[in-house]
Amino acid sequence: MAEDLLVARKVTKRFGGLVAVRELDFTIPKGSIVSIIGPNGAGKTTFFNCITGFYSIDEGDLIFDGHRLNGRPSYQIARYGISRTFQNIRLFENMTVIENIMVGQEPRLTSSWIGAILGTPHTRAEEEQAEKKAREMLQFVGLQGKGDWLAKNLPYGEQRRLEIARALASDPKLLLLDEPTAGMNPRETAETTRFIQRLRDELGITILLIEHDMRVVMGISERVTVLDYGEKIAEGTPAEIQTNPRVIEAYLGRGAAASANIEVSA
Amino acid sequence: MREKFFERFSWVSLVLNSFRIIVIILIVVGAFNTLQGGKYTTSQWVSLSVSGLAQGSIYALIALGYTLVYGILLMINFAHGEVFMAGAFTAVFVAEAFKESGFLDSSPLLAVTILILVAAVVSTVVAVILERVAYRPLRGAPRLVPLITAIGASFFLQYTFRGLYGSGFKSYPEVAAVQGTWHIAGNDIPIVQIVVFVAAILLMVALYWLVERTKVGKAMRAVSENKEVAALMGIDIDQIIVMTFAIGGALAGAAGVINGLYRPQGVSFTMGFFPGIKAFTAAVLGGIGNIPGAMLGGLFLGVFESIGPNLILEGLGIPAANQLKDAIAFTMLVLVLIFRPQGILGERLTEKKA
Amino acid sequence: MAKTGRIDWRQLIRYGLLAGVAALYVSVIGMVEVFSQRSLITGVLTLGQLLLFSAPVLAGYLAVYKDDESQTAAFSLLKGVITGLFSSLPLIALVLLANAVNLRAMFVNVSPALIDILVFGQGTAVGVLLLLLSGAIWGTLGVIIHLLPDKTRHVVLVGLSWTLGAGMLSELLIQVFRPLFGSGFIRFVFQGGALKLWASIVVFILVTLLDWYWSKRREEVKTKMANLNPTQRRAGMGVGLLILLILPWILGTYLSEVLDNVGLFILMGLGLNIAVGLAGLLDLGYVATFAIGAYVMGLFTSTSSLGVGELNFWIVLPISILAAMTAGFLLALPVLHMRGDYLAITTLGFGEIIRILALSDWLSPIIGGAQGILAIPKPQIGSFVFRGPQEIYYLILAGCILAIFVSSRLNNSRTGRQWMAMREDEDVAAAMGIDTTKSKVLAFTLSAASGGLAGAIFASKLGTIFPHSFNLLISINVLSLIIVGGMGSLPGVVVGAFALVALPELLREFAEYRLLLYGALLIVMMLARPEGLWPSAVRRRELKGTEEEEIEGGEGAPVAVTAD
Repeated sequence: MAEDLLVARKVTKRFGGLVAVRELDFTIPKGSIVSIIGPNGAGKTTFFNCITGFYSIDEGDLIFDGHRLNGRPSYQIARYGISRTFQNIRLFENMTVIENIMVGQEPRLTSSWIGAILGTPHTRAEEEQAEKKAREMLQFVGLQGKGDWLAKNLPYGEQRRLEIARALASDPKLLLLDEPTAGMNPRETAETTRFIQRLRDELGITILLIEHDMRVVMGISERVTVLDYGEKIAEGTPAEIQTNPRVIEAYLGRGAAASANIEVSA
Repeated sequence: MREKFFERFSWVSLVLNSFRIIVIILIVVGAFNTLQGGKYTTSQWVSLSVSGLAQGSIYALIALGYTLVYGILLMINFAHGEVFMAGAFTAVFVAEAFKESGFLDSSPLLAVTILILVAAVVSTVVAVILERVAYRPLRGAPRLVPLITAIGASFFLQYTFRGLYGSGFKSYPEVAAVQGTWHIAGNDIPIVQIVVFVAAILLMVALYWLVERTKVGKAMRAVSENKEVAALMGIDIDQIIVMTFAIGGALAGAAGVINGLYRPQGVSFTMGFFPGIKAFTAAVLGGIGNIPGAMLGGLFLGVFESIGPNLILEGLGIPAANQLKDAIAFTMLVLVLIFRPQGILGERLTEKKA
Repeated sequence: MAKTGRIDWRQLIRYGLLAGVAALYVSVIGMVEVFSQRSLITGVLTLGQLLLFSAPVLAGYLAVYKDDESQTAAFSLLKGVITGLFSSLPLIALVLLANAVNLRAMFVNVSPALIDILVFGQGTAVGVLLLLLSGAIWGTLGVIIHLLPDKTRHVVLVGLSWTLGAGMLSELLIQVFRPLFGSGFIRFVFQGGALKLWASIVVFILVTLLDWYWSKRREEVKTKMANLNPTQRRAGMGVGLLILLILPWILGTYLSEVLDNVGLFILMGLGLNIAVGLAGLLDLGYVATFAIGAYVMGLFTSTSSLGVGELNFWIVLPISILAAMTAGFLLALPVLHMRGDYLAITTLGFGEIIRILALSDWLSPIIGGAQGILAIPKPQIGSFVFRGPQEIYYLILAGCILAIFVSSRLNNSRTGRQWMAMREDEDVAAAMGIDTTKSKVLAFTLSAASGGLAGAIFASKLGTIFPHSFNLLISINVLSLIIVGGMGSLPGVVVGAFALVALPELLREFAEYRLLLYGALLIVMMLARPEGLWPSAVRRRELKGTEEEEIEGGEGAPVAVTAD
């Protein structure tokens, strides 16, 4: 088994009296695709926000690639090599597509404001390089020719892809995707699924996925973790999860729609 | 990299904390020196506090307008000081007419009530127009946008009223009935301060009743909890927002006349700025969005502003400390926002939303 | 479809009365009377009349704006007449009321002179009829403008605005033309500080012809401009610079003074643009940096008893800037974690605290209190003294060029992107690896620099400084100009400064209503054109892109400018 890129030990996050994540133990092996599923409000996105430093955790430890993440600010965590997308797309809407991707490269850029004013060779070279890389990234996600658009004017599907491009621009070690196929039709979903697979296979990026669409989850993840009320209720391969009685109960307890979803993929 | 971060982080909080400590030391040293010096008698302190309470109750009335609107729209109606000015500036003409005809002196209670009504109506109209023209079209726009509109509206209103009523200063006529002092518990208290305080408290009680006990109040609270759900329950959100502006406006207008009783001078188109900003400070002090908070914040600010210069600044050897009165209010605002942005009564805000 | 006509009375009455109330408003607050003193076309039109009549014209235009092709022209014209008639009603009410009671006891600007203007100097009875008639005429004119074919309308509107603009700026034109063409020419074209009627017609015809010519050749010229080789480009820039250098000697002392003020506001605008336009930090206390720059300059160079050291201007200049930057830096620390609206009010508080402290007796032994600092010497290089506005101009010009250079470098750099990302979404910016704390502090610090520079120049330009010069209105002025120009846009700052600083100074009638207009502008800009008069390049490119697409996409669909 490969070494673990991210290790969460007994992570707990509370909001007032509500425990959003409870004593969660969790690991992501290097080079794997791991999914987190669970009903709405199960604490999935909260856990993402804990990893990326949006929330500070109340108890437990988060270790990433030898760095302890507890209490670290978001920008520092990004520089360690964790990158993310958002459930409700959050682009820099009034910036161009290229600028969005260039902001994504932040962790790798070193030029300073003084260099910018003086126009030092280092700054110029870095900016040129950054723009070149951003254009390549545009090509990679299939947005070529739209570099000068304002992000908010892209259609929905392309906004999703731009968000992924922005997250990839930092050459992350770990990529967190929060419902990347939300709002997509089956064909787009299938494309995105293949795309995620390619990210891991071609770029070697470890991926942590939150997803509602069970076909996506079961199709590409090596391991699935199920959360309910902030607690881990099951963990295992997709096949194990599908037959786990506690998982079925958690979903069935919430209505037939979700259970039907499980059955479809089973 | 790791060390670098901690250096910087601790550095910022170090500066802020030392700032906090310096402020506390200054306050303590100043107060200690003044009290040690014994320059002021107890009854002087009492009279300063009472006039502070009177002034503070006026701040509180205006502050309620900020807090009500914030509670519902999560926006600061920067032009609220001008709403106050509109009522006060208009009613002064009516007051002059009342004085001339002798009505003001023959039946002061009725006259002042009418004045308050006039000012409240004018301010309400201004507040409602403001909402309709400047704020409603921008609901849902980025935060900066309505804020800039509000600043624009503030200047637009100031100079509109300057155009209407001229740029000179006017003053409220003297109301004979509230001149003089009452002797209470060994202190001479000006009647006008008591009247101002009582009038303001009555209005606040009325507001509290409105918000807590009436249907409109219930709807307002529902909207401030959750707009979508309130709309699903059949509440007309637009109407409630207009109501909120109207109530805030009416209170501000009333405060304009009450303020005129207390400080008759200086009625002009710029009169809204300082009371506006101070009332905002009061609202923040009490926790913005919190109605009892705005009331307490206003009273606290009034008293602090009244005794602060003498108590603290004089003790630090600063001459003509009363010139710095306005700076005290601003400093307090800044301090509160830095160290306790949720205010005195405000709940601790939950962590930033993802 | 057969041509029909239908009159929606409610809508017409609404537009008419709204226009009427607008006309009533500008009358009652005194604008009409004051503006009537500025003649645009001698004996024909004053600015006051233009203001009064534009309301019914607009109402007439709007009344038929949404009508489709099916309306007959006659019906449309009728609508214009009706709208116009209703727009006169509020003014008639004002006239009648003013005759009946003494409105002036309350509304100081409802003077007999105003009423006289409203009734065209003809007494009440005739005047009321004339008001109705003029309302009908102007309302109809609005409809006619709408009925014109698009191209014709464009040409007519361009011609009209240039003619009216020329009339408005007659005094400026006279000052510029007199030395060039001699007094004979001036007397020939202008009379009483306005264009003669025939001259205005000539201007109108000339402008329409030029516009027509331009519309034919525009593309050609543009491609030519784009294909200029570097030498030609450099030559063009050289010519531009040369013009900038000799400008004060063409314009004379008074206009140079105006230009200097514009320049100082450009400097401040460029600074504040970093905080507000790029980083999205609404700083309402910007005047504090200006004040600090000015006070440091004043204190260290003054030859009065308050002066410390009597240093040279050039030594103190960097100190002033550094002091302002330090203040910006210190101000940034407490507001780091504040949300937008709190930040605005806290910075406003800082500005006021600085002003109150400068005014206080407490600090007056050091910085002069209300008396301010006197005897600040003029800057000097060798034996060249920057004495009057024409010399100071060069100092300000140099400052502006430097600030524009620095700003544009920052704009197009990693730092600029960090600011913009932070403005768009602070949390996401942090998640992308941007140290938002550092970015904010940097934005405030750099933003303060050019405010300090402007303050330092201001102090030595005036030779004296008073606390009253550093009030909130300066901050609002600077904020307004960057918003009107276009947030984040450098040319926008320049355009905004000319529009908001130069125009009111040239048209002294505006002075009294300056802040009223600023306030209105801020609201209107936010409601209608949040990107400003001259949006930043990206924004413009993008807007153009979407428009073109829509034209391709929707056949015959109205070409809407989508700015969202």
